Amino acid sequence: MEKYIFYILSAIIIVFALASVSSRKMLRSVIYLLFVLCGIAGIYFLIDYNFLAAIQLTVYAGGIVVLIIFSVLLVHHIEMELEMVKMPRKILTVLLCVLGLGVFLYTIYNNDFNVVENYITTNTSDIGTKLLSYDSGGFILPFEVISLLLLASMIGAIVIAKGRKLNDKNNG
Amino acid sequence: MIAGISIYEIFTVTSILFFIGIYGFITRKNLISVLISIELILNASVVNFVVINKYLYPDMLQGVIFSIFIIAVAAAETALAVSIIINLYRQISSVEVKDTEIMKY
Amino acid sequence: MNISYTILIPLIPLAVFLLLGINSKKIKPAISGYIGVLGLTISTVLSFYTAYQYFFVQGKVDGVYQTFVNKSVWMNFTETLHIDMGVLIDPISVMMLVVVSIVSLMVHIYSRGYMKGDDGYTRFFSFLSLFTFSMYGLVLATNLFQIYIFWELVGVSSFLLIGYYYTKPSAVSAAKKAFIVTRFADLGFLIGILIMGYFTGTYDFETLNNPEGSVILNWAATSFMGLSVITWALILIFIGGAGKSAMFPLHIWLPDAMEGPTPVSALIHAATMVVAGVFLVARLFPMFYFVENGFALNVVAYVGAFSALFAAIIAITQTDIKRVLAFSTMSQLGYMMLALGVSGYDGHEGVGYMASMFHLFTHAMFKALLFLGAGSVIHAVHSNYLKDMGGLRKYMPITNITFLIAALAIAGVPPFAGFWSKDEILVAAFEHNKLIYYIGVFVAGLTAFYMFRIYFGIFWGKEKTYEHKPHESPLSMTFPLMVLALLSIVGGFIPFSEFITPDKLGFEAHLNYPLAAIATGVGLLGIILAWVFYKKENSLSDKYATAFGPFYKWTSDKFYFDEIYLFVTKKILFNGISRPFAWFDRNVVDATMNLIGNSTVKTSKSIKGLQSGKFQDYAFSFVMGAVIIAIVFIYLWTN
Repeated sequence: MEKYIFYILSAIIIVFALASVSSRKMLRSVIYLLFVLCGIAGIYFLIDYNFLAAIQLTVYAGGIVVLIIFSVLLVHHIEMELEMVKMPRKILTVLLCVLGLGVFLYTIYNNDFNVVENYITTNTSDIGTKLLSYDSGGFILPFEVISLLLLASMIGAIVIAKGRKLNDKNNG
Repeated sequence: MIAGISIYEIFTVTSILFFIGIYGFITRKNLISVLISIELILNASVVNFVVINKYLYPDMLQGVIFSIFIIAVAAAETALAVSIIINLYRQISSVEVKDTEIMKY
Repeated sequence: MNISYTILIPLIPLAVFLLLGINSKKIKPAISGYIGVLGLTISTVLSFYTAYQYFFVQGKVDGVYQTFVNKSVWMNFTETLHIDMGVLIDPISVMMLVVVSIVSLMVHIYSRGYMKGDDGYTRFFSFLSLFTFSMYGLVLATNLFQIYIFWELVGVSSFLLIGYYYTKPSAVSAAKKAFIVTRFADLGFLIGILIMGYFTGTYDFETLNNPEGSVILNWAATSFMGLSVITWALILIFIGGAGKSAMFPLHIWLPDAMEGPTPVSALIHAATMVVAGVFLVARLFPMFYFVENGFALNVVAYVGAFSALFAAIIAITQTDIKRVLAFSTMSQLGYMMLALGVSGYDGHEGVGYMASMFHLFTHAMFKALLFLGAGSVIHAVHSNYLKDMGGLRKYMPITNITFLIAALAIAGVPPFAGFWSKDEILVAAFEHNKLIYYIGVFVAGLTAFYMFRIYFGIFWGKEKTYEHKPHESPLSMTFPLMVLALLSIVGGFIPFSEFITPDKLGFEAHLNYPLAAIATGVGLLGIILAWVFYKKENSLSDKYATAFGPFYKWTSDKFYFDEIYLFVTKKILFNGISRPFAWFDRNVVDATMNLIGNSTVKTSKSIKGLQSGKFQDYAFSFVMGAVIIAIVFIYLWTN
């Protein structure tokens, strides 16, 4: 049963991803991205990783896509048609991607993975404990660093997006 | 662990998604579309992390936790990228890639 | 005999040259004149002292004059083959020191008056000192290479002095011609030196000239096209000497060299530089005589005889007095060469060698006197041409008398110096080669004729209208004339045969009365003919000139040798060789360099597109690179 769900989800992901990168309209591209992200969240659910699925939906689908939509609305006429690249470049890139894909798949399929059969659900409390533990194998340091990074990116975003006009108004 | 799905199939899916993201990055002419392609790439790699953790090393949690960090970083980076695009738009009134080519020979 | 002080003789003029040359703008002309004369006086005193010491105090040891050498090795090639720098004292080098010193000193004193008021006065004296230094070095040379070095230096000095009036195009081209023709001859000289050095293993004169030495005894060791290689080397060396001494066919530079100031012509092109070729043959005389039974010596004799005849015929028709004197020099040099050519070696047989050196000595005196006198006349009349001169004996008595003395000397009238030396030459020729003797006698007659032609033309004949009254030259110019005239009178009485012979033994010379009478008679005949034609203004000469018809025209145009050489150089050498080479250089060599440069530019233009500023291109390259590296490593890894 899970098999079929997985196949449907992967079909969604791939089709909408393709649509997203080849759409002519900006907003549609963003919405297709949203669908891709939801598909990926579905895979997380299938794999018994509920926490991350929730985060995916909240942060990515709810936060990032909204952010992107806002920026699209700020800089675009929403009904404007996007320009597509010329054919030679497209062909070249497709070839490159196919080649790269071939390399990846060749490597992957020639390797024997020691799969361990299990059906463990990842608990959120386990994740939380691990994230904040001081012992060896604890992730407290990356946790703190990430918080610093987020602070820096917030400040950076504000400074960059503030622009000159607001600056001059404040100083002059 | 999903019953009935081998790890190879999942890897196939993520690889295809990764290269779709690369195709979009190299091909698109709009800065925001490039941003969207970056998101695709990042997502493919996150799925890879989680799947390897779940299939090959189920008693450890490194992959799972690292994926949280990746999502956090991706979010921060997208926010910054958008603010840069908006600032750029103010300067050159355009978000086309071809208008950002001034650092050349 | 201690000869260490002789190194000062060339070094003093060198010091004067450097001093005057470096400070030529700062030193006042009068002072530079004094410095030049002073330096040369010191060298002259030293030369006389050397001669006195060598011939009288040291004298002969076991009946032979010794050779003294002071040298140090400069470049070492093998045990025996090395280039030295040093001083060689032997009868002919001492004699040459005396000749060069006297003539150079007289020319220096004369130039103080002649060049007065000229802009480059200091430069002139510095060049004169350079020349004197080079000439001293040449006569004191101990080996072939040293003489070659000073040979070239003398050529350079001559170039500088001929081209002294560098603003005149004719002077510049004359200087170039002199240098190029003598340089071309020096190519032969150099090849001769190299062949000599290679096959005999030494450059040193003492080793080469030793009659019992290995060089002369083994002359037949290697041969090439029927002649020994040593003979070839000697002929090539003689070619170098022929260029410097203006023998046919390398004579074309000497008439043009008269573009230089007259003191230069007197010093260089009459008395000292042009005898360098004769000196070279005399220096190598034992080799010339012994190798291949004197084959090379025969070449010398015939070339000398032909040049003497050729020059004398042309001299009859020239109208520029300096040109007449130039051809006269060439003719007298021919005499010197032919005297060497017909000479033997032992004892009395060596009379040709002795006569040649004796004639060199006396010729220096009277030819320098003739040139300086001509300079005096040119200074007064401001023209070189016979047609602008006449009846000057009233205005310039001292020049008149001294010129007459010199003309009598060169015509071979006893008891003046030229008679004695020319007579000895004819005696030597009579004993060895009758054809050359007859040519010699004929040329003696021609010499007397053309010399008195110009004497009568300048000092007698109809007076021309002059711009301003010609006056006698100042004392600085007439003093050397008087000194040289005195030497031309008494010089003949020096018993040269006691001092200068090929085997350095010395012998007693006796006057051969019949031959002397013939020589004197021929000379007097020439004088009488000139008297008839030229003393009073008449049209006798023109009638004879037209009677000779085209032959006269050929002669007065110097047999068109200049034109032939110019044709060969311009049409054949320049067009045939120089132009293709120039084309090659410009289009092939330069084009290759340009090609390298241009292709670099084009390549850079074509690849600068890689830095396009488009980040998507960068990403493309990045991904492609990563994929390729992955493929390579996977492929290699599986292997």
